Amino acid sequence: MKSLEELKKIREDAIKKVKMRKDSGSIRIVVGMATCGIAAGARPVLMTLLEEINKRNISDVTVTQTGCIGFCELEPIVEVYKPGEEKVTYVHMNPEKAKKIIVDHIVNDKVVTEYSIGSVKK
Amino acid sequence: MDFYRSHVLICRGTGCTSSSSDKIESKLQEKLIEKGLDKEVKVVRTGCFGLCEAGPIVVVYPEGAFYSHVKVEDVEDIVEEHLLKGRILKRLLYKGAIDEEKIKSINEVSFYKKQKRVALRNCGIINPEEINEYIAVDGYMALGKVLTEMTPEETINVVKDSGLRGRGGGGFPTGLKWEFAHKAEGKPKYVLCNADEGDPGAFMDRSILEGDPHSLIEAMAIAGYAVGAEQGYVYIRAEYPIAVKRLQIAIDQAKEKGLLGKDIFGTGFNFDLEIRLGAGAFVCGEETALIASIEGERGMPRNKPPFPANKGLWGKPSLINNVETYANIPVIFLNGVDWFKSIGTEKSAGTKVFALGGKINNTGLVEIPMGTTLREIIYDIGGGIPNGKAFKAAQTGGPSGGCISAEYLDTPIDYDSLTALGSMMGSGGMIVMDEDNCMVDIARFFLDFTVEESCGKCPPCRIGTKRMLEILEKITHGEGEMEDIDNLERLAKNIKVSALCGLGQTAPNPVLSTLKYFRNEYEAHVLDRRCPAGNCKSLLSYYIKEDECKGCTLCSQVCPSNAISGERKKPHVIDKEKCIKCGACIEKCPFGAIARK
Repeated sequence: MKSLEELKKIREDAIKKVKMRKDSGSIRIVVGMATCGIAAGARPVLMTLLEEINKRNISDVTVTQTGCIGFCELEPIVEVYKPGEEKVTYVHMNPEKAKKIIVDHIVNDKVVTEYSIGSVKK
Repeated sequence: MDFYRSHVLICRGTGCTSSSSDKIESKLQEKLIEKGLDKEVKVVRTGCFGLCEAGPIVVVYPEGAFYSHVKVEDVEDIVEEHLLKGRILKRLLYKGAIDEEKIKSINEVSFYKKQKRVALRNCGIINPEEINEYIAVDGYMALGKVLTEMTPEETINVVKDSGLRGRGGGGFPTGLKWEFAHKAEGKPKYVLCNADEGDPGAFMDRSILEGDPHSLIEAMAIAGYAVGAEQGYVYIRAEYPIAVKRLQIAIDQAKEKGLLGKDIFGTGFNFDLEIRLGAGAFVCGEETALIASIEGERGMPRNKPPFPANKGLWGKPSLINNVETYANIPVIFLNGVDWFKSIGTEKSAGTKVFALGGKINNTGLVEIPMGTTLREIIYDIGGGIPNGKAFKAAQTGGPSGGCISAEYLDTPIDYDSLTALGSMMGSGGMIVMDEDNCMVDIARFFLDFTVEESCGKCPPCRIGTKRMLEILEKITHGEGEMEDIDNLERLAKNIKVSALCGLGQTAPNPVLSTLKYFRNEYEAHVLDRRCPAGNCKSLLSYYIKEDECKGCTLCSQVCPSNAISGERKKPHVIDKEKCIKCGACIEKCPFGAIARK
């Protein structure tokens, strides 16, 4: 260790890896991972969400999984909880859509209405 | 990819490991690979979570699901249900003794709510075998700050101003100790860590070494800079194999990263650290004996002064603190003196770790701000006394400490209030006793330990404690006379002032404190030939209540010495000559017809 800067650099990388255990982020993304979700392809969706979050260095988001949400025919389902806002439920997800949700909804704070359960049900 | 969606933390402290948490860990790894989850779910080996009673403990993040009493057979469910399907396993969630409903997250467990984890801040959170995890929680930042921004004098002043006192025994101001070593003449100087921890029932130092060894390394390097030492030794007992192994791994990693060794942070400061194994003699926790042991001599204490700060290892100035004291150091530099002083009481800043044991629901490690009352520790954190029994006393400070009786439950715990009660902080063992514990027998138990562990150098300790033990044995066997109690008290007071080292001087504490608070129990043994707690075997006898015995013969079937006889469907009798007082019959009798008095 030749300088304090070197330590700080290591710390920045390391923090990302233990952050999950400190406090859950203010934004929560929940992926339905029951049999129905997994069969419909929830796993690649989940992995894409994680990759995007990691790639973009987004720090206040946790991704968790849940069981069957109830609309098995609309799986894969992803729910986004932002503090102080209503939950947004995205349905028929795939990795491409997942990327867009990270960019639009999480980063730019714009709900992707066309993927949401409201527009599909109409 | 090294970004995981879930972290599974498994306690690998000594307690949980001995309940097969090592097998749980390997089974989990195996299952994750089988299910193709090993790239998504990270298994993290940690140190002690504190709640040893509930072990083995497994915590799953990000939910913070706190699973207790986990068995190897449960791994399959954890993987299938929780990790694959995201369903929290309700049946495995920890159920606190004082919580009515099942608890979900580790942060909601009442055991942790009144605690303030400073020395244990990283235990159960990071993997002690990965230096980067320690760096992620600001590890080595304090060392960096001290080396690049502060002079040794400024460093010492921070420790002085913080009000930190030694967590191993009498509570000597740590900053003052650092200053003495800094000012002492002579070179080279040494920084030593006392990790001998020999008190029955105390294991906080072991847990810190197992769960967060880097904080000790960082603190010792800071101390080295402050006092002007380039070499440190950690004296640790060989009976702590997991702690020794993790500390060695941590030292190797720190060396590899250049956080130990030459020219740390490019400041020109050199510091190296080595482990010295002790054979596990209680007296080697005494600093002068510890130093003798490192030098290769027999571990025996010597007179002070000269103090180790002036004449320590190989006659050179040496700074010596214990593990818990050091563990507080980095965080004081990170969060500041004011933060540290805001915790605890005016004269005892910060927190203290206690190892809760004995008759208490939540046995384990707890860290509380100084000034917390005994009642809060025992009832709010410890979950109270099992089986609805009444609290009788708490023994603090191990064999060197004393017993505190129920009337002092609301005393705020700090160095001075404990000393005022005739006990001491000591290392922080806290053994809880209920109405079934005989206080004379407790004193006998601790004396038995001291006699075994006395190094024999000075007569008051070698001979005096042995005589005290003999008197205590006589009393518990029901052969005591009133003058024995007087002799015992006189002996105890004499040894306290005449023994050579701290061990001998404090050895009479269990006797003196039980005499002070529970003298009536001593008198009952002597005058009435009776043990009020129903504990001392020689004074008990078993008998069958004729009216309640239905003659079911269950008792005679379990009696190992054939002492019970009688006809079927008629009251039985116990032959007192044959009875070995094992109590098997009481447990078996469905009618409560057998009693002891």
